[in-house]
Amino acid sequence: MARIDVRKTYKLYIGGAFPRSESGHSYEVTDSKGKFVANAALASRKDVRDAVVAARKAFGSWSGRTAYNRGQILYRIAEVMEDRRPQFEEAVRQSEGGTAAAARAQVDAAVDRLVWYAGWADKLAQVVGNANPVAGPFFNHSAPEPTGVVGVLAPQGSSLLGLVSVVAPVIVTGNVAVVVSSYTRPLPAVTFSEVLATSDVPGGVVNILTGDAATLGPWLAAHMDVNAIDLAGVAGSAELATSLEVAAADNLKRVRRAPDAEPDWSADPGLGAMTAFVETKTVWHPIGV
Amino acid sequence: MAFEYAPAPESRSIVDIKPSYGLFIDGEFVDGRGSSFKTINPATEETLAEIAEASDADVDLAVRAARRAFRGWSRLSGKERAKYLFRIARIIQERGRELAVLESIDNGKPIKESRDVDVPIVAAHFFYYAGWADKLEYAGLGPAPQPLGVAGQVIPWNFPLLMLAWKVAPALACGNTVVLKPAETTPLTALLFAEICQQADLPPGVVNIVTGAGATGQAVVAHPDVDKVAFTGSTAVGKAIARAIAGTDKKATLELGGKAANIVFDDAPIDQAVEGIVGGIFFNQGHVCCAGSRLLVQESVADEVLAKLKRRMGTLRVGDPLDKNTDIGAINSAEQLARIRELSEIGESEGAERWSPACDLPSSGFWFPPTIFTGVTQAHRIAREEVFGPVLSVLTFRTPAEAIEKANNTPYGLSAGVWTEKGSRILHMASQLRAGVVWANTFNKFDPASPFGGYKESGYGREGGRQGLAAYLKGADL
Repeated sequence: MARIDVRKTYKLYIGGAFPRSESGHSYEVTDSKGKFVANAALASRKDVRDAVVAARKAFGSWSGRTAYNRGQILYRIAEVMEDRRPQFEEAVRQSEGGTAAAARAQVDAAVDRLVWYAGWADKLAQVVGNANPVAGPFFNHSAPEPTGVVGVLAPQGSSLLGLVSVVAPVIVTGNVAVVVSSYTRPLPAVTFSEVLATSDVPGGVVNILTGDAATLGPWLAAHMDVNAIDLAGVAGSAELATSLEVAAADNLKRVRRAPDAEPDWSADPGLGAMTAFVETKTVWHPIGV
Repeated sequence: MAFEYAPAPESRSIVDIKPSYGLFIDGEFVDGRGSSFKTINPATEETLAEIAEASDADVDLAVRAARRAFRGWSRLSGKERAKYLFRIARIIQERGRELAVLESIDNGKPIKESRDVDVPIVAAHFFYYAGWADKLEYAGLGPAPQPLGVAGQVIPWNFPLLMLAWKVAPALACGNTVVLKPAETTPLTALLFAEICQQADLPPGVVNIVTGAGATGQAVVAHPDVDKVAFTGSTAVGKAIARAIAGTDKKATLELGGKAANIVFDDAPIDQAVEGIVGGIFFNQGHVCCAGSRLLVQESVADEVLAKLKRRMGTLRVGDPLDKNTDIGAINSAEQLARIRELSEIGESEGAERWSPACDLPSSGFWFPPTIFTGVTQAHRIAREEVFGPVLSVLTFRTPAEAIEKANNTPYGLSAGVWTEKGSRILHMASQLRAGVVWANTFNKFDPASPFGGYKESGYGREGGRQGLAAYLKGADL
């Protein structure tokens, strides 16, 4: 007699725990051919607010860690992900379709991207910070600091590489993230949250909500305790992106604008994703004896 | 006994103020198509000149001129652009006395500040960014830096010429052209700057100056052919600008309000700290977005600091901005004076104790004495809202953690001050304060090489330093 498989329950990831949506709602996730795969938790406004509270709570200690330590933890995420490659390949293939080789390539690139960002942790300040030779007897120095809680609308198309490409630069610089995953392709994001939970990433540093960017985006963009927002997930929806930028203006959130179309995530990311969410702090002190 | 000072007024004969001014578009002064308004001397309420109020059509002409000029200016080699900026810097130095006197007449700030602070730093900004013009490839902002195009710049009345320099110098160095709107109460030095551009033979259209009030500023910001918006001013207007440019390709930097904490620990050099507190809040009549308007003093030295502060405040001389002995000049406008009075009255009605030294204020013009409020709590409006005047709120704390908590308890995050002799404490405080500029054992220092700008609702982007170039280059990361 055939064995009955044990199916997985896909949940949210908030403050290091895996709750269902407080709303009790879920939605059907299908594979690329339209076949039922799972019921994913459908995040609500309250889930967004809970995630922001968890993120804010985590910000002080995460941003206060040494850059070396944050780099170690990002590298650890890559290690654990590498270890679970088959599961990610399956999730990507289910979500996006395509060949096994294409799914494998995406997982490779996602792991490599994490390793790349891990190395930036203790270098960004050296590249974008500097001493300032002012006209007077002062020690004057500028360095980047994290801006705080960053709302991330993850790309809709690229379910894993796109997700990693928007989350890693946010956290490597000491920010904390509330992420809304791809709506129709959420499964790699849920698997990614399971990796985060076992990778020394403190609870609350990354919170992942499965749900609709058009529904959840406005709550994130208007939340007064969110400091910045990445609109990658609404690429191509000019009207929605504009309304989110308008909402973000209420507390002058830093906005990484939505591109016209989803970019090629395999391209060199540059520094922009990291510098979009850091502030330059300049410290002056007199020099004398 | 106190020494009495004889008046030491600076002569204003060096300045030639015309009865009326037009707009500066495409290298020429032209009549505006809109109405006009008066700019007055806030120390006397005397009308200085009639100023054109640029209409939407005027703004459009200015943007078109800037767009035409952009082709040539952006293709000019950096080396040649640099020479124009060096020329401008030199002319500012040559005409420094004239600029300082005019600034004090139009703005009300003391001549010793316009002469010794504003104008020298203005010249320094043009020198600093002139040197970047032919070195952009080395700024670490990408290998092939390209200008954005036409920059629309709207600046406030507190440092009219300095804010112009902060905006115009980096824009031009990167190869952009500009349309700048000075504040309606302080347009005169910007118009004198237009003459300086003519003397420097700057190509027509590279710098355009449109005078007017809020509507003119809105027209500049909203113009569809403006690629970059740079604004310094209130947080409310900054938010309106962020909304107005949502969904466009416009890049923006916003330098907005602040409510800076100036934190004095019990081991601080008290006399130096008192000087820093005075400079932090009474410099430029407190019309400073990064003014140290919340004094946080450690409880154990609060009485001593307050006694010394009050004694020092009693020596501040309020009066004629053109008198070289004046420490505190005129409040910039009747409107601003009304706001300072309103918030001060609210401070009293909410239970804080108000104190000012005895001082005679002139009978005409707009004046407000240096004022402190004690017994202030964090809930008081004078501790939360930007007064933008010579009004200091005094709060106390017991531990460094409490000081950090109170200092960061504001939607703003522009600047902060720390006074302590303990080095490790300075570094700890500097890292914990959520502010773009932290002054330790000093306050209100500015330099073109030093990036300036805020966290949180104090706006985004930086001006000054190599970070200041990023705001004017395509794809620049930072």
